[in-house]
Amino acid sequence: MTRPATPARKAINSAIAWTIAAILFFPILWIVLTGFKTEAQAIASPPTWLFFEWTLENYREVQQRSDYFHHFRNSVIISLGSTVLGLLIAIPAAWAMAFAPGRRTKDMLLWMLSTKMLPPVGVLIPIYLIFRDLNLLDTHIGLVMVLMLINLPIIIWMLYTYFKEIPIDILEAARMDGATLKAELLYVLAPMSAPGIVSTLLLNIILAWNEAFWTLNLSTADAAPLTVFIAGYSSPEGLFYAKLSAASTLAIAPIVILGWFSQKQLVRGLTFGAVK
Amino acid sequence: MGSVVLTNVCKTFQQTAVLTDINLTIDNGEFVVFVGPSGCGKSTLLRLIAGLEDVTAGSIAIDGQDATGMPPAKRALAMVFQSYALYPHMSVRQNIAFPLKMSGVDKTIIAEKVRAAADILNLTDYLDRRPGQLSGGQRQRVAIGRAIVRQPTAFLFDEPLSNLDAALRVAMRLEISQLHHRLAATTIYVTHDQIEAMTMADKIVVLNAGRIEQIGSPLSLYHRPVNRFVAGFIGSPMMNFIGGDYAAEHHAAAVGIRAEHLQLSTAAGVWAGTVDVAEHLGSDTYLYVNVDGVGRLTARAGGEFNTAHGDTVYLTPTTDQLHRFDAHGQAF
Repeated sequence: MTRPATPARKAINSAIAWTIAAILFFPILWIVLTGFKTEAQAIASPPTWLFFEWTLENYREVQQRSDYFHHFRNSVIISLGSTVLGLLIAIPAAWAMAFAPGRRTKDMLLWMLSTKMLPPVGVLIPIYLIFRDLNLLDTHIGLVMVLMLINLPIIIWMLYTYFKEIPIDILEAARMDGATLKAELLYVLAPMSAPGIVSTLLLNIILAWNEAFWTLNLSTADAAPLTVFIAGYSSPEGLFYAKLSAASTLAIAPIVILGWFSQKQLVRGLTFGAVK
Repeated sequence: MGSVVLTNVCKTFQQTAVLTDINLTIDNGEFVVFVGPSGCGKSTLLRLIAGLEDVTAGSIAIDGQDATGMPPAKRALAMVFQSYALYPHMSVRQNIAFPLKMSGVDKTIIAEKVRAAADILNLTDYLDRRPGQLSGGQRQRVAIGRAIVRQPTAFLFDEPLSNLDAALRVAMRLEISQLHHRLAATTIYVTHDQIEAMTMADKIVVLNAGRIEQIGSPLSLYHRPVNRFVAGFIGSPMMNFIGGDYAAEHHAAAVGIRAEHLQLSTAAGVWAGTVDVAEHLGSDTYLYVNVDGVGRLTARAGGEFNTAHGDTVYLTPTTDQLHRFDAHGQAF
């Protein structure tokens, strides 16, 4: 039984969807607008919406006080580095779990997922001390490692789900056709699961880009990504809403643009295999 | 070239024995069909030969060389899967070329061989299509093309026709037989359909519950089954089995008689029975007859035999065509 899509029902559904979208989008809009106000206007009550004196002063000052491009570069290195490293480890791991499962594979998958249930702060002190002793504090390699590790369970789970959708017959056919393990991964598995691998890559870049807890605690200047750059504006000197908003806008802009251009791929990847 | 010898092969999954003590010699150029009911182990046996599963015990020799622990890629066998297992992201051309590419063949030779294979299989017009754009029969031909292009030691077919409709199945059956004559390569074919087995095989291997029941040519299995299982499995319609007094008269626990060895009459005969179902096929008539004290018998008359449900008919067995079985189901 399908329900008829009457014009009234369509209108109601659209209204609900737009309302939810507006609520979700509101904080972002507020931040972007605030970034163009003066500090006084930013804390004005009642707030002004569009009719204020638009200024680029905050952006100028933010760039002067803390080098945006330095942090931007760090964010790119850390998010890309951790994602690529994660994929290199996760593709063979997920392949093994999907196509050559052992008796403990299911338990291992659950165990990996359970590590995501641990509050990160619970292991902050040991990790911090390890980083200090290994001279990894405030280094790219250190942040790449830690972000790769915290996202690895998600990467493996996503890839495992995609790989499970590939009929094993096709991999066996490749083996019969004389493919080595490397050729099987390269010519058959990777192209067939490309949509899944690409969405895993995109989602993990976004997760790593937005990750704040570890980046804030393990970096200060040299390797500090944009999260640290934003946090610099909620400082003991006081809360500067307009500058904080300008910094936030700058920090989220690249990832919003990436998300916008890859939304089709992301949706396709996230619903991969949902409909046969 | 192209012989396969299995010696005492056993396969166990966890604690379950799937295949027990399989001894089998397949000669070069032979068309061998593994046949048996679902779960008899025929596909597992093929996968053991392919190297897709490891044997638990015993050995497999291909072309005189021990291949027991060899990975599939090294065995130089080609396999056609039930699901076709084509690479969906590659064109027909790339699919057929894949095994050659894997063995590092020169590009111009690949192109030539792909063209030749496409010619044989009528795929020339489809070379640039993806598998998703082909019909079931065409996909099957691509899978066969991918197998023949490499000139393997032997072809393995795992129920290749079971996803096709009836008409196409008959056509592909013919094509595979013709291809076998043309290439004269060793072929091992798995099916649960005894008609495919009878029509295509040089040699049939009947499997049941992980054991080989009988090996022989199609007609030798038909005429001289070694036990009740083979007698019942080979031949369509199924052989009639009669126990009780009639079997005792022939000093057997059970006797078997094929449908065509029961003479039909509307006037007189050894057994009188009532027609339950009459199948009029034009060329043949199959009657399913209930006979008191004997049970349900299937009889075949050539051409048209004018009867319907509820009619009385008389059946007379051709006694020199009886198969006699002892209490263990063995023929004697």
